[in-house]
Amino acid sequence: MIRTRNVSRRFVLKGIFATGALVVAARVVPGAFRLAAQAAGQTNADRSLLHPTVYLGINPDGRVFIVTHRSEMGTGIRTALPMVAADELDADWSQVTIEQAIGDERYGDQNTDGSKSIRDFYDAFRYAGASVRSMLVSAAAAQWGVAPESCTTAAHEVIHEASGRRAGYGSLVEAASKLPVPRPEDLRFKTRQQWKYIGTDRPIYDLDDILTGRAIYGIDARVDGMVYASIERPPVLGGTIRSLDDAAARRVAGVEDVRTLPSFTPPHLFQALGGVAVIARNTWAALQGRRQLQITWDDGPNAAYETESYRQQLFDAVSRPGKVVCTRGDVDAALASGSRTIEATYYVPHHAHATMEPPAAVADVRDGRAEIWAPVQNPQAVQDTVSAALGIPRGNVVCHVTLLGGGFGRKSKPDFAAEAAILSRDLGRPVKVVWTREDDIRFDYFHAVAAVHHKAVIGDGGRPTAWLARSAFPPIASTFTAGAEYGGDFEVGMGLTDLPYDVPNFRAENCPAPAHVRIGWFRSVANIYHVFAAQSFVDELAAAAGRDPLEFQLDLLGPPRLLDLKAAGLADFWNYGVSSETYPYDIGRLRRVLEVAAERAGWSGRPQGNGRGMGLAVARSFTAYVASVVEVEVGTDGAVRVPRVTQVIDAGTVVHPERVRAQLEGAAVMGIGLARSAEITAAGGRIQQSNFHDFVIARITDAPTQVDVHIIESDEKPGGVGEPGLPPVIPALTNAIYAATGRRIRELPLSKHGLA
Amino acid sequence: MPYTLNVNGQTHTVDVPADMPLLWVLRDVLDLKGTKFGCGMAQCGACTIHLDGEPARACVTPVAAVGSARITTIEGLSPDGTHPLQVAWMNNDVPQCGYCQAGQIMSAAALLAKTPQPTDADIDAAMAGNICRCGTYMRIRQAIHEAAGTIRAGDSAPVQITEARD
Repeated sequence: MIRTRNVSRRFVLKGIFATGALVVAARVVPGAFRLAAQAAGQTNADRSLLHPTVYLGINPDGRVFIVTHRSEMGTGIRTALPMVAADELDADWSQVTIEQAIGDERYGDQNTDGSKSIRDFYDAFRYAGASVRSMLVSAAAAQWGVAPESCTTAAHEVIHEASGRRAGYGSLVEAASKLPVPRPEDLRFKTRQQWKYIGTDRPIYDLDDILTGRAIYGIDARVDGMVYASIERPPVLGGTIRSLDDAAARRVAGVEDVRTLPSFTPPHLFQALGGVAVIARNTWAALQGRRQLQITWDDGPNAAYETESYRQQLFDAVSRPGKVVCTRGDVDAALASGSRTIEATYYVPHHAHATMEPPAAVADVRDGRAEIWAPVQNPQAVQDTVSAALGIPRGNVVCHVTLLGGGFGRKSKPDFAAEAAILSRDLGRPVKVVWTREDDIRFDYFHAVAAVHHKAVIGDGGRPTAWLARSAFPPIASTFTAGAEYGGDFEVGMGLTDLPYDVPNFRAENCPAPAHVRIGWFRSVANIYHVFAAQSFVDELAAAAGRDPLEFQLDLLGPPRLLDLKAAGLADFWNYGVSSETYPYDIGRLRRVLEVAAERAGWSGRPQGNGRGMGLAVARSFTAYVASVVEVEVGTDGAVRVPRVTQVIDAGTVVHPERVRAQLEGAAVMGIGLARSAEITAAGGRIQQSNFHDFVIARITDAPTQVDVHIIESDEKPGGVGEPGLPPVIPALTNAIYAATGRRIRELPLSKHGLA
Repeated sequence: MPYTLNVNGQTHTVDVPADMPLLWVLRDVLDLKGTKFGCGMAQCGACTIHLDGEPARACVTPVAAVGSARITTIEGLSPDGTHPLQVAWMNNDVPQCGYCQAGQIMSAAALLAKTPQPTDADIDAAMAGNICRCGTYMRIRQAIHEAAGTIRAGDSAPVQITEARD
C-alpha cells in the first residue's frame, strides 16, 4: 500500500496551539489563555464565525475546526467522530483541524467507555456537519437567487450545476453566519451512497506525531515551575499511616518536600488512596526519596484478603441459591424430574488494566481554581473528583485531556488526578504525579475475580430443557457503595441473564461477594467471565452429546428472530444503556457472525486431536455481535501456539473499518494474553504482583500468527467496537485446547494447568 | 555531577546523580518525551533507545554508564520521520494508543541494522522485550517485513512526501 504522507501537520498544529487552542502540550499553552478558557468560547470551533454546534466551526478562510469530546486511547475515536461531521459537511479533510475538548457538560457525556462513542454521538456529529452545510447552501442560493434544493456540495464548495456557479465554503461563511440555525428535523442527511469519509479508511490524526515521538500523553505534560511527586500508598485498601520517618527521604538530593495525603472516606469512589508523597525536582529524585521513607501501616480489615480462601468462598457462594436476576419457566421442576444433568463451575481471576502509560497527572491549583492535564477517559469525572477533594466548585476545575497511553477502563477513574490536585493545593505550585508500574499493578481498580456455575437438565439430542446460571463476583458497586456485595443490572446483563439460547426453563442468580480491593470496569467488564463460562459450558454440552459445536450452537440459538425479551424473562433487560426497541437482540445477527466465522476459519475441515484443534464462541455485547474461532497447536510440553484467530463482527454501521479491524486484532491478542498467564492475587490484603515479570501480559511471542477480521456489512444503527471483540476469544481458545487435547479448562489462567 | 551526552547528534551537559537512569535524564532534564516510561526494570521496552546503534533500555541505564556513546532516541531516528520503519509503521497503521511504539520502532531499527532480512522467528526474538497492551503485534511483524523489503531493494521509501493534509 502506498500512502501519501504528510510531514507538515505537526508543525501546523503547534502553530495552532500557540494561538491558544486546546492543548495537548501543556508547555505551549500561554498563561493568559489558561483558566479563562473554561466557558463557551474556549475552542477554535467556538471562536469560528459560523459554529452552530459545540462540535464544529468554520471560518471565512475555509478552515474547519472539529472538536472531539471523547478521549483517544487507541480506538481511533479522535479521528472517526470528526470523519462523521466532515462527511455531512462535505468538507475537504485537508481543511479540517481536530481539537480535543476539555471536560465540559455542554458536550454531553464524555466518559469514553462502554464502547459507545460512535453509538451515542454519530447523530450529533452528523448534525454538526449537516447544519453548517445547509447554512452554506442557503447562503449561496440566496446570493445566486436560486432555490437551495437546486444546489449541491462537494469538497468544500457549493455548486449550482444548472448555471455552472460554484462558491468555496469560506466565501459563504459570513453570509451563512447571519442565517438561522436549521432544526434537526429540517436537515437532509447524506445517503449511504453519498458518503465520502464514513466507511472509509483514514490514518489516525495523531499517527505522524506518534511515530516521531512528538505525541503528548499525560505523562509528558509539563508546566513551568512544576515539581514531581511519587506516592507510597497504604499496601492494603483502607490502611492508614501508624508512623512515618521521612528524615532519610528528605536528605536525598533533589527531594524538596514530603507530604502526607489524607485517607479516603468510604466509599472510596475515585478518591486518593492516601499515603506519603515525596516531592522532588525530577521523577528519579522522587523515586529515590520514596525508597528512603520509613512507614508502618495500620492495615485494617482488608488485610484478611487471601486469594486462595476467597476462591473457595466464591465457589461456595455459587453452590447455594442467590438473588434471582432472571427467570422463565420452572427450572426447579425440571431439576426435580430426575433427568440427566450436567454442571460445571468456572473461575476467572482478578486482572489489572496495565495500560502501557501508567496513571499520571499534572495539577496547578491556585486561588480556589484547579487546572489539570491528564490522560483520562472522563474529564467530567475529574471535575467532580477534584471539586470534592478540594472543596471548590466543579466549575472551577478545568481538565485538559491529553492522549492516553491505553485506557481499558482504568483511566475513567481519576484518583491520580485527585492526588495531583491535593498536592498542588498543599504545596502552592504545579505538581506532576507519576505512578510507577508497581503502583499501577498494586493499586488498580481490578477486574473482578469471579466464579460462575452452570447446570443444565439434558433432553433430546443433548439439548438442555432447563438451565440454572449462578455468578459471584465482587461488584463494581463496591466502589460506589461501601459493602456492596451484589452486581448491578449491567454486570448481570453482561452475559449472565442475556444467554440467547432457546431453552424453555431458565434462571439466573447472582450470589453475594464482598470486595477487599478496589473493583472497577475493565475492557468488556463482566462479559469476560460470563462469556467464558457460558461458551465453555455450551461446548461441554455439545461434547457430552457427541455433537459438532457449531451445529449445536446454531441449534440452541434457534431460528433467526428478534429475541422476545419479555418472554425470555428479560422485560427489564439492561441493554447497554440503550432501548431494546432501537437495539433489539437479534438472533439472526448472532447466527450470521458464527456462520461466517466458521466458514472463514475452515471449520468443516478443521484439524482435531493430536495437539491440534479449533474452538469457537459467540456473544452479543455492547450491542454488537462477535464470533471468534481460534486454532491452536498444543505441544507435548504444554506450549500453546495460536496460528490463527478468526474474528467476525456485526456492529451495524461502521465509520472506520480499518480501526474496527485493529480493535478486533488487538482484542484477539488481549484475550489470549488474559487466558495464558495473567492473574492478580492477594495475600495479607496485599497484591502479590508488581510489574510485568509477575503480571504476565501478551508479548509478540504470544500473539497469533494471523488474525483474520471480517466486518459484516450492515445498515443497522452503529454498535460498540472497542470491547465486543474480547469476550469470545477466551472460550474459543479454551474450547480449541479441548478439541486439541481433550483437556477442559474451567479455571484461568492456563499456566495453572501446565499450559502456557 | 556533570555529564556530557551526545543525544541525536547534539551535545548536552547535564548535572545529575551518577545513578540517574538515562530515561529520566532524557525526559525530565532534556525534555525529550518520545522515550517512554513503562516499567522501570527493562521488562517492557517502552524506553528503548540506541547507544552507538545498539538497543538499550534507558530505564536501567545509569547516566554514568553512557560515557561517550552516541545516544539515539525516536526523535533522532530520522531527520523527518521517514526512516523505512516509520514509513512501514504508517503504511500498516500499526499504532493504536501509540504509547509503546517509539520503543517498538527503536528495537526494530536495531534488529534491521544487524539482520536486514529477518524471519518471523528473528522478529519475535528481537521484539519479545517490547510489550504492546493494545495488541498490535501482527502489524509490527508485517511492518518490519515491509521495511526490510525496502532496505533490501536499496530503494527510496515507497511513499510520496506531500503536504496533503495541511
